[in-house]
Amino acid sequence: MTHAARSAVWLMIGAIVLFATVGDVLIASAMRQVGDFDKIRCRTGLFGAILAVLGNVRFLLGVLSMALSFFSLLYALSWAEVSLVAPASAALTFVTNAFAAKWVLKENVDRRRWIAAFCVCAGVFFLSR
Amino acid sequence: MSSSTVRKSGAFDIASLSQSTLNFRRYLVLAAVMVTASLGDVFLSAGMREAGPISIHHLSSLFAALRIPWVLAGIVLLTAFFASYLTALSWADLTFVLPATSFGYVLIALLSKFWLHETITAGRWAGILLIMAGVGFVARGPSYTNHGETTFHESPSRTGALEGPADCAREHSA
Repeated sequence: MTHAARSAVWLMIGAIVLFATVGDVLIASAMRQVGDFDKIRCRTGLFGAILAVLGNVRFLLGVLSMALSFFSLLYALSWAEVSLVAPASAALTFVTNAFAAKWVLKENVDRRRWIAAFCVCAGVFFLSR
Repeated sequence: MSSSTVRKSGAFDIASLSQSTLNFRRYLVLAAVMVTASLGDVFLSAGMREAGPISIHHLSSLFAALRIPWVLAGIVLLTAFFASYLTALSWADLTFVLPATSFGYVLIALLSKFWLHETITAGRWAGILLIMAGVGFVARGPSYTNHGETTFHESPSRTGALEGPADCAREHSA
């Protein structure tokens, strides 16, 4: 693989990670706004719960971002090995999501969760070698 | 101490309150997230290998790829993944759900060894151990950060993140 091709693949991986992180954060934020899915399903049934989710703007924007990530993944997979693209994008997304969850979602990302994110990131890296 | 007591007192940092909201059914949802995500990726990969390289000048070919059975099967599995992922995010933090469901990577590696008889190198065993350590770290901690917010059609009950997993019978009697 030439230097230019390698750069293009990493650019695609960057796009997958960016869209996936934005999508994850928007969707997590939407589900937090909507509330406990199980409780809503108890009150209004499955249809009511689905409507509650589909009516949330953050959810729709999150899905749009995830769709962009998905098509970036399809595009990247048609050029590069899945053994590079899937683990690399997944591993990087764990770390970017941890940062985004702490600063945007204000989740309690304690030392335990940081260690978990980096363990999984390194684990996915090793698994893909 | 109930969540409402904590909010009324104002003496506590609500954002730092976290707890486990898991029961057996919710562990099954997390298992569904990990299995469908892993298999969905494998199916998609098989389908896109069939489709071949797609030029940036012919992006419409991506839509043609949607007719390949492997891609379709991958999309069905990833739809199931999305439904279970959304459910999990409604009662657990993003930074809990993602590492907790990463065990799917280990599942794929073990399947490739014992089913497809592929070789797992020392580096891959190290990767498996690291992922299992990560899952162990996060699984032993709280699953949800309570912000004390009152949200969508919720009155007191959404703040019930501190009340533990939902129970329909309890919900109806409330």
